[in-house]
Amino acid sequence: MSFPWARQYEPKTGLTKFLDEKLPLPRFVYNAVGAGYPVPRNLNYMWNFGVLAGFFLVFQIVTGVVLAMHYAANAEVAFATTEHIMRDVNWGWLMRYAHANGASFFFIVVYIHIFRGFFYSSYKAPREMIWLLGVVIFLLMMATAFMGYVLPWGQMSFWGAKVITGLFGAIPLVGEPIQIWLLGGYAPDNAALNRFFSLHFLLPFVILGVVILHIWALHIPGSSNPTGVEVKQESDTVPFHPYYTAKDGFGLGIALLALFIMVFFLPNALGHADNYIEANPLSTPAHIVPEWYFYPFYAILRAFTMDFILPAKLWGVLAMFSAILMWFFLPWLDRSPVRSGHYRPLFRKFFWFGLIPTMAALFYLGGAPAEEPYVMLSQIFTAYYFLHFLVIIPIVSQIERPEPLPYSITEAVLGSDKKAVLGENTEPAV
Amino acid sequence: MADTAATANTEIPVVPVDDGASDGVRRRDFINIAALSTAGVGGAAVLLPLISQMAPSKDVLAESTTEVDVSAIETGSAIKAVFRKQPLFIRRLTPEEMAAADAVPTDSLRDAESLEDRTKEGHRDVLVTMGVCTHLGCVPLGAAEGEVKGEFGGYFCPCHGSHYDTAGRIRKGPAPTNLVVPEYAFTSDTTITVG
Repeated sequence: MSFPWARQYEPKTGLTKFLDEKLPLPRFVYNAVGAGYPVPRNLNYMWNFGVLAGFFLVFQIVTGVVLAMHYAANAEVAFATTEHIMRDVNWGWLMRYAHANGASFFFIVVYIHIFRGFFYSSYKAPREMIWLLGVVIFLLMMATAFMGYVLPWGQMSFWGAKVITGLFGAIPLVGEPIQIWLLGGYAPDNAALNRFFSLHFLLPFVILGVVILHIWALHIPGSSNPTGVEVKQESDTVPFHPYYTAKDGFGLGIALLALFIMVFFLPNALGHADNYIEANPLSTPAHIVPEWYFYPFYAILRAFTMDFILPAKLWGVLAMFSAILMWFFLPWLDRSPVRSGHYRPLFRKFFWFGLIPTMAALFYLGGAPAEEPYVMLSQIFTAYYFLHFLVIIPIVSQIERPEPLPYSITEAVLGSDKKAVLGENTEPAV
Repeated sequence: MADTAATANTEIPVVPVDDGASDGVRRRDFINIAALSTAGVGGAAVLLPLISQMAPSKDVLAESTTEVDVSAIETGSAIKAVFRKQPLFIRRLTPEEMAAADAVPTDSLRDAESLEDRTKEGHRDVLVTMGVCTHLGCVPLGAAEGEVKGEFGGYFCPCHGSHYDTAGRIRKGPAPTNLVVPEYAFTSDTTITVG
């Protein structure tokens, strides 16, 4: 859907007229990210991160396709070809560091995008489908990132593959056969490496497909905004181009600057030194942790240390997967009719003083060694994490008295001056 | 929505915009051009690594010279070596073969070169050429014992029928130029370094 006041595409040249009849691609782009897509006028920089996430997906695909030209997914030579990329291939070091740090930036951007969604309740009707598809994208990203990390075939690659496939071994009865089936052997070896490479190449294109659905679903109700008040009239919106192409372009410039500071000056800061030792099935590194972007969920996995009806190992795995899967239910757990955290005093307190410190703590604890006091702290914060989504959010949405909402986006921006509220000849949105 | 209809005829106040145009250049135009130019130059710069990563890597370039001992080649026979992953023919010419090559007027050739042009001084009996037909890159016959040498006693490419003479020069068939003589030098009386 687009709003009735959306600008209409008019082909001017012969070529665009020809295309508009045969394959209206320019019209499609114009209506999707051009002047034909009206967007709330009050979006803040938190709304940059969707475009940034899309950019980093493309960035990862481009650098990844380049790396695949020089890499060989064979346990005998995988580690050597990775070093070949670093030393012999023209600009290979740049491609690999850009891809490795690009993955981290993709996750940073997506985490901010998700937490933007939490604060502004972007998951609420009519945008539930966008949210559900977003969670699917996040799960696919995690699978893709994990398999990509195995490919260099260093020590962390190998033991990461072993530990993560070991999670499936926790499933009762069929766990072990599933783990052996996933690996194509009893431990990670050539079979596992080859299939991980194949899937690591495939999944980004699956993600791209789901991203297209995500954006399609977004364009039906249109973008949310910091007030959470729906668009009512033309003066509530501005065309996506040039207003948000410029704003997103600025954000992209900052993001690329940050990324390339990492690539050029701190290329291994987010990695692990042990991964520069070739995979050795007979020796586990002393301190084995996943990449930083999995830390919160790794902390939740390790928080379960006691058998209670089910074995502790199974509880950990269930909790880790549930920690993300429960996001699917968020649109129905949060019953408050008000979206934005700006108008929800109690919700806002639990967000800033509950969820955010908890996530920060879990990020820290996931990278800490598996010993006290870190285990106990992980248990406390894991408990809060689940309480937040399953208990606090439903209760807060029932008992909270929201602050008064502005009448419209325009009023929120320009004040409640009657003259400013509505433009002349504005047709209300249907 | 019905509640918006009542106020639908009010006006948006017109705010005068200072676009900095007093000197004829709008500030926004300047920023626009500067930003897009920077992005354009940056985008173009990205192409450099993306394109050059496909060029031969350092380990490939490291294999770019080959040493060959030519002392064991008997007169009238040839050996095949490998230079940059491609066949290299080294042939010790008989006096008859040299005479046959000299007998042809250079001007009458498609690719005018004399035997002297194609060999090193003092070693006019050692003919070093790539074993790659200049037509479409097949390996010509004639280097190994018993292979067809073509109508001119040198090399014959079976793919599309190019005939090379005893100096490796194209004499008949579709190939445009003589078999390529790579850059090489005698590093001793018996050894050549190619590349």
